Amino acid sequence: MTIDATDRRLINATQSGLPLTPEPFAEIASWLGLTEDEVIDRLSAMQARGVIRRIALAPNHYALGVTANGMSVWDVADDQAETLGAKVGALDYVSHCYLRPRALPDWPYNLFAMIHGRDRAEVEAKRKEIAALLGDACRAREILYSTRILKKTGLRLKEGS
Amino acid sequence: MRRAALPDDALDEVDRAVLNRLQDGLPITHRPFADAATALGLSETDLIDRIAHLREIGAITRFGPFYDAEAMGGAFCLCAMAVPAERFDDVVTLVNAHAEVAHNYERTHRLNMWFVLATDRPEGIERVAQEIEAETGLPVLLFPKLKEFFIGFRVTA
Repeated sequence: MTIDATDRRLINATQSGLPLTPEPFAEIASWLGLTEDEVIDRLSAMQARGVIRRIALAPNHYALGVTANGMSVWDVADDQAETLGAKVGALDYVSHCYLRPRALPDWPYNLFAMIHGRDRAEVEAKRKEIAALLGDACRAREILYSTRILKKTGLRLKEGS
Repeated sequence: MRRAALPDDALDEVDRAVLNRLQDGLPITHRPFADAATALGLSETDLIDRIAHLREIGAITRFGPFYDAEAMGGAFCLCAMAVPAERFDDVVTLVNAHAEVAHNYERTHRLNMWFVLATDRPEGIERVAQEIEAETGLPVLLFPKLKEFFIGFRVTA
């Protein structure tokens, strides 16, 4: 998944969003001294390699009333963790879903899924749905609610590569 | 970023359709808005104006490529600490002083501080975690991702 210096310039130019004009890729090309075809080809190649997941709008879930969230964590049998993790990640109320190492004895959980809802009751209801989906493969579970944001900074790329 | 909910009448049916449909992605074509507008029964100009309006009122945070931060180089790791309540504020100061700490949340658990380290190189994660352990005298548990699943998350407006 290597990206070159031109890809990096494209990333920096589009990190805060696409220009809202009929020909956004031609506009970006004009900023960077590239052709529109080159911008389209490079963005398409990055999407094919997974560097770009998609070009889409990011809803502000707070503004849309989806204000509650909880980090649900699950101890799932290792031989089923990949299959079940894929099912949990595909749920439309789960925004992040990962397998991570356990930290025994403090932390027996290997599957992490961030659940979103309009209020905590909805988050708890969704959590029950996930528990049902995991069934007997899940041996222990918890949910951690955030009580305070202590720091939040955007991820910034360094210039050049 | 707007954190308060919008009034119920802030979005009309077309806004909702745009918001729901364009979470799935725009084609990378010469006239991407024209192509997406057809599926929504809108003109290209209408669609562009709607997206701009959704951004102005704070219903969306951005419109553009979603980059995989790791694919662009660099390393990320979720970390957790169990911080005694009486030391919490001091430890927040020590942890947040590291530029590599991207987000940090207090959570309801014995492991009550959860933060993400972002470094240029994989070795940086271990180094910063050890610095934090030395400064605070508390263990830092590392939870690197072993596998990330495709995400179906969509907000229905």
